[in-house]
Amino acid sequence: MAKLIERTPPALDVDRIRKDFPILDRITHGKQLVYLDSANTSQKPRQVIEALTEYYERHNANLYRAVYELAEEATAMFEDARSRLASFIGAADPSSIVFNRGTTESINLVAYGFGRKFLREGDEILLSEVEHHSNVVPWQFCAQATGAALRYLSLGDDGLLDLSDLDRLITDRTKIVAVTGQSNVIGTLPPLRKLADAVHAVGGVIVVDGAQLVPHNPVDVTRLDVDFLTVSGHKMLGPTASGGLYGKLEHLERMDPFLGGGEMIMEVYPDRSTYKDPPHKFEAGTMNIAEEIGLVAAIDYLENLGMESVREHEKELTRYAIKRLTEAGAKVFGPDDADLRGGAVSFWYADIHPHDLAQVLDQDGVCVRPGHHCAQILMRRLGVPATTRASFYVYNVPEEVDALVAALEKARKVFGA
Amino acid sequence: MALEELYKEVILDHYKNPRNKRGLPGAELSCRKNNPLCGDEITIHAHIGDGRVAEVTFEGSGCSISQASASMLTESLTGLSVQEAEKIASDFRGMMEGKVEPDEESFGDLIALKGVVKYPVRIKCAVLAWDVFQEALANG
Repeated sequence: MAKLIERTPPALDVDRIRKDFPILDRITHGKQLVYLDSANTSQKPRQVIEALTEYYERHNANLYRAVYELAEEATAMFEDARSRLASFIGAADPSSIVFNRGTTESINLVAYGFGRKFLREGDEILLSEVEHHSNVVPWQFCAQATGAALRYLSLGDDGLLDLSDLDRLITDRTKIVAVTGQSNVIGTLPPLRKLADAVHAVGGVIVVDGAQLVPHNPVDVTRLDVDFLTVSGHKMLGPTASGGLYGKLEHLERMDPFLGGGEMIMEVYPDRSTYKDPPHKFEAGTMNIAEEIGLVAAIDYLENLGMESVREHEKELTRYAIKRLTEAGAKVFGPDDADLRGGAVSFWYADIHPHDLAQVLDQDGVCVRPGHHCAQILMRRLGVPATTRASFYVYNVPEEVDALVAALEKARKVFGA
Repeated sequence: MALEELYKEVILDHYKNPRNKRGLPGAELSCRKNNPLCGDEITIHAHIGDGRVAEVTFEGSGCSISQASASMLTESLTGLSVQEAEKIASDFRGMMEGKVEPDEESFGDLIALKGVVKYPVRIKCAVLAWDVFQEALANG
């Protein structure tokens, strides 16, 4: 019995958690807000909102360059945020964290600073069919600039990546594997360590889009042995435009800078400049100071809950949502088994177009996302123009899944479907 | 804002029973566009001759607003002079921007789409077919 208790992470106290999120008291269209769109952006606890206010009220100053106390405080808080994010994802060295606005900027940084510098014609970049456009388009830029070719891991009918011909897809030509850690549409969880080992064996690197992975799962970049991992703070209870990029220092050191400007340089001459060491080489101009400091409050919050417990909570909600939606006649995409997927649940219901469906749901206060979810390649693979997606986080409860299903039935009446 | 304002019966009727939804062999004008927001997709075909819109059809898929709007477009423009068709198209766009109070007589069923104005995200859906038609004319 004792063993069993050890293995099961403590359940989240969701009633208490919900009290920390002021927005959950909102009434929208006369109804209690039911927020099922956390894969899009998460809501923020009071602790994060207060951290932002406190920073602006007490410490606001620009970093590094000033010599007064405020600036020293702001700089110390910013650098502390770097250490906290590093330790949250299992990175030993805070210098391996580059701050920026999140996943899109991070992938562009790697595609530019690493991809354009090291790829040549004949090289290959391996992506997957479930990727978000932010993990596709920057690689297209890179391929066009270098002559490298893009290849794709396909999605199996079981909602998992098909790795049966991995040996054929990862070869000496493969320089970069760029995959999501967790699909933003159907929750697929690619086996990152396996892909990392496979690409390392041929001398390439793996770039993980962590936008959905990091907020919802315990993550340890050292154990996963990934070369790059992106973090979107706004999807993990933090402020918008917080987060950044983890990269192994050996890579960050030999990469080209991305944005040029103030604070990323050592010396500037009319015709050339020298750059700071990472991470500062990649941090040009005035940074998102308040946001990264606010992210610390989000990390505190999540660490208090325990990421194992967060994952377990979402698994339960996902399992319940798949069951209720399927019973209601919806077709749910992605893996059937909640153990094999994250909590982004996309579905097709009663042949009602997702945009119409989401509009009707909105009238009942239910916030879901309709559309292609920035994953048009996946939509074509699934054979639908769009899906409706419900996604969960620490503050969601099964009753909100019930509200979703009740609203779906209402939509069926409106459309006579 | 009641949902019935957006999903008026006449809109749902055009959506479920689209008019003139077919290809048009030999059409002088054909143009296709999509709305990346919803994945709506519409192709408009038109026979144009002697300065008149002799026949308009559409093909496509997407949300009720985009498809109903396309269906209404084919009904409202068929038989008009190109000049009259252009006027309706520009008035329709004006109605969607909240700038033009439409003439109920010449607008017919199109009036029903006025409710979309209050749902800014969906305006693109309603305007898509009209974009396609205007682009077809401009290219033609």
